Amino acid sequence: MTLLHCLILAFILFTIGIFGVLTNRHLIGMLISIEIMLNAANINFVAFAYFKAQDPTAGTLFSIFSIAITACEMAVALAILIAMYRKHHSLDVNTQEINHE
Amino acid sequence: MNNLISHSYLILLFPLLSFVINGLFLCFKHRKAAAILSTSLSGLGAIFAIFLVVQFFISGAKPLTAWEFEFLSFSGNLIATIGCLLDPLSAMMILTVSLIAFVVHIYSIGYMQDDLSSGRFFALLSLFVFSMLGLVIATNIFQTFIFWELVGVSSYLLIGFWYNKPSAVAASKQAFILTRFADSFFLLGIILLSYIAKSFVFSDINSLRLENFAGQMISLGIIEIPTNDALVLSTLLIFIGGWGKSAMFPLHIWLPNAMEGPTPVSSIIHSATMVVAGVYLVARLFPLFAISGNVLEIVMIVGTITMLFAAIIACTQKDIKRILAYSTLSQLGYMMLALGSAKLIDGSVHTLGYTAATFHIFTHAFFKCMLFLIAGALIHQVHTNDLDAMGGLRKKMPWTYIASLIACLAIAGIPPFSGFYSKDEILITAYQAGHPIIFACALFTSFLTAFYMFRLFFLAFHGKMRSAPKHPVHESLLMTLPILLLVIPTIFAGFSFKNIFHHFFTPENITAISHNIPDVSFIPPLAICCAVLGIIFSYILYASPKANLVKALDSDNRNTFYKTIYNKFYFDEIYYTFVRQFILGGLASFARFLEEKIIGSLVNFFTTIIHKAGSLVRSAHCGYIPFYIGVMILGVLFWYFASNLPLQGA
Repeated sequence: MTLLHCLILAFILFTIGIFGVLTNRHLIGMLISIEIMLNAANINFVAFAYFKAQDPTAGTLFSIFSIAITACEMAVALAILIAMYRKHHSLDVNTQEINHE
Repeated sequence: MNNLISHSYLILLFPLLSFVINGLFLCFKHRKAAAILSTSLSGLGAIFAIFLVVQFFISGAKPLTAWEFEFLSFSGNLIATIGCLLDPLSAMMILTVSLIAFVVHIYSIGYMQDDLSSGRFFALLSLFVFSMLGLVIATNIFQTFIFWELVGVSSYLLIGFWYNKPSAVAASKQAFILTRFADSFFLLGIILLSYIAKSFVFSDINSLRLENFAGQMISLGIIEIPTNDALVLSTLLIFIGGWGKSAMFPLHIWLPNAMEGPTPVSSIIHSATMVVAGVYLVARLFPLFAISGNVLEIVMIVGTITMLFAAIIACTQKDIKRILAYSTLSQLGYMMLALGSAKLIDGSVHTLGYTAATFHIFTHAFFKCMLFLIAGALIHQVHTNDLDAMGGLRKKMPWTYIASLIACLAIAGIPPFSGFYSKDEILITAYQAGHPIIFACALFTSFLTAFYMFRLFFLAFHGKMRSAPKHPVHESLLMTLPILLLVIPTIFAGFSFKNIFHHFFTPENITAISHNIPDVSFIPPLAICCAVLGIIFSYILYASPKANLVKALDSDNRNTFYKTIYNKFYFDEIYYTFVRQFILGGLASFARFLEEKIIGSLVNFFTTIIHKAGSLVRSAHCGYIPFYIGVMILGVLFWYFASNLPLQGA
């Protein structure tokens, strides 16, 4: 297992994430795709830290930070989605219309 | 005794005060107070004017500037002032305007008492009197122009006084536009004249001599012409201003239509004072006109055509105010003719025409004002302008009957009434000038004048009443008194003032050349014969026991000639066609083409581009979230690659 393998894995995950964001119509699906992209970035962090850094602790710590922040972010995003669902009874992006009230 | 002359600003102050107080405070709520204030102030003005003029003539009638202040200073030498010039001509006009204004004010109290907006009427009437007096005392041509426009505005406002009547509104607009059209030439003339003379002041302008400019050239921007020609051109342009204001043919059509206004207005503005402003202007600048080439001959020809043309139309009309309007036109033509024929065929200038014209302004003002007041009294009682519906008013309105008999005799030129003396002088002038055709025209018009005036007189007062009046016909004191007051000058203004006019009314800077004056003693009897013939003619047609009034008043079953005259030679129609076809159809549609096709399409071109660009950008805002995200990702990639492109040239 080399750095290149890790980078390819991260790249594949990131591409899957982008593909998911662009094609998914459901907001929760898009949220999951974004999560995948973030994980690809985390893998890069860890991989660079493991293979290249003098002191791998810093890179690992950063990825833990980023996972924690992502969890908070997702909690907020889910809360918003629930609020939207209560209002519109749907989370389909195609049928979402901005309600000017 | 010089006090009066130094206080001559009062003649302007009285009407101005009345206008301001009435217009600002009394106009809407206190119309009786407005009437009383206006009338008493104009009465004070009239008394002051009489004293002023009497003192002026007693002290020798030397032209003087009573007061003057700087109004606009254009450049070092060219300063426009507002001042008061007293000379015999302006003194005569001050007297006429003030007296007639006072009489008309009294009359208006009676005439307008049922009108709820009579407060506005009195305010505007005062404005008119103020502007007219400012016009006649002007020391310079610039002041003349300012007040000239002010009388135009007040005339416009008063013609359209009953603004809920569409015909009155149309007439006021027509009057304003036509006179403005002429005034634009007047302004051009003033500019050109002040450019040549380097002054606005009348005394400077009137002392110009063509010899002083011999051989000089003047640049008019594009072309360069001899100064002499430019001077003649400016005189002609100034005369065009008077042409429009005095409603000379073919700019005459606004005057008969202006009869839509209240009758006191027609009486003071459109017969006695404002419309003679054109004649006054020519008289004021007479020495300039006298030296300016053939301009005086143009004045004469225009005057003759108007005089004859209007008199012919007046013979067929049925609206009494329109008959009087055409009669006014005809008399204005007389005055212009008199001024114009001052230049003899051999080129020398005789001053009799000037005397005759100013004398006729003076006498005409009184009897024509009176005739209009009588017409107003008839209209007020019978509630129609139409002669068809009148007749037999002699017994019901005896005082008015006597007064109108005197006025008709005066305008027809029967001695000893005032019209005879002034008209006689005009005829003599025309004869001496050596234009036999014009003399014959004037004589024939004198016959026509007697005919149409007595036609009106017989049809209104004699015979039987041709309609049942809604109210019992009577004479009201407030309206009869002014008419009777005007009888005095109508009788006495002729023979008593003749010598004054002959003594004082010769234009300055003109040296009368003595020459063989042809024998003119046959003219007065001839003129009287013509007038009497006219009266007899109209008696046979309209008042004798055998007269067939039904046939005489019939305007439908007539030959083409009569109908052409009855329809005023179709001049209204010609104007309307001209305006529709040429101005609305030609000029306006050309302007519209420019506007729509060229300017409009240019604007449209740019808006279309902006619109298209906008819709292109707008199509990106589709509201589809994955599209936004995709574009965002592409954008980030674009910036990444763009920053790595070797564009910096390394």
